[in-house]
Amino acid sequence: MKEGIISKEYVIPANDFAVAGEASSNVKKILIQLGVEPQAIKKTAVSMYEAEMNVVIHAGGGRAFVEIDEEKILIKIKDDGPGIPDIDLAMQEGYSTASDEIREKGFGAGMGLPNIKKYSDIFNITSQIGKGTLLEITVFFKVKEFIKI
Amino acid sequence: MKIREVIRVLDAVVLTGEENLDMDINSACGADLMSDVMAYVKENVVLLTGLVNLQVVRTAEMMDIKVIVFVRGKNPEEKIVDLAREMGMTILTTKHPMFIACGKLYSAGVTGRGVWD
Repeated sequence: MKEGIISKEYVIPANDFAVAGEASSNVKKILIQLGVEPQAIKKTAVSMYEAEMNVVIHAGGGRAFVEIDEEKILIKIKDDGPGIPDIDLAMQEGYSTASDEIREKGFGAGMGLPNIKKYSDIFNITSQIGKGTLLEITVFFKVKEFIKI
Repeated sequence: MKIREVIRVLDAVVLTGEENLDMDINSACGADLMSDVMAYVKENVVLLTGLVNLQVVRTAEMMDIKVIVFVRGKNPEEKIVDLAREMGMTILTTKHPMFIACGKLYSAGVTGRGVWD
């Protein structure tokens, strides 16, 4: 992998199902180009995509900040939405506040945050009512073994 | 099972991705909830769904799923097929409803091993 840090910023639009997932798709393509192993790519893609969908569905859009170095990817997803009153409850599988309209689109099953936790290596969530939510997702890459001569 | 065999078993029509017909699939997953797909699916599955929107293709992209079957004769909009084509996926559509389509694949030997933990 190339040295240094790659930084990217994405705007996640509100309530736009047509473009939702484009940021995650773009990050996935970058990781493939960098030669990151498939398992880490999938973990990153799924956790970022679920987070992106959450921001589209619940928060009226937001921003994703992505940093990639040789060892890991750090994704920060920030929104200015209504915030999550009870994070422990929101982390439970099956708990959802999504509308029927969202459920008809295949989301809102209450699996988003649990999936993000499952697929990320480090997951932090902070939320303030009326101010928004910040997710920090880290996925580590397998460090390639040095070739012994 | 190869994708061309899936097409035969389901009497399916190929909308895009003819180049993958000799690709092997190990198991199948029938789901309308995309988060469930992301929670449980393993490698090389065919995704059967009655949900028809762009997020089905996006979910498949994130999960490295190469074959999507739309059941109950649903025909996806062109932009859905276009996105799948861009991703190198195969899109099939079958007139069979979800239960029958899953049953036909299961009877033909796609027993779902590897989908769930």
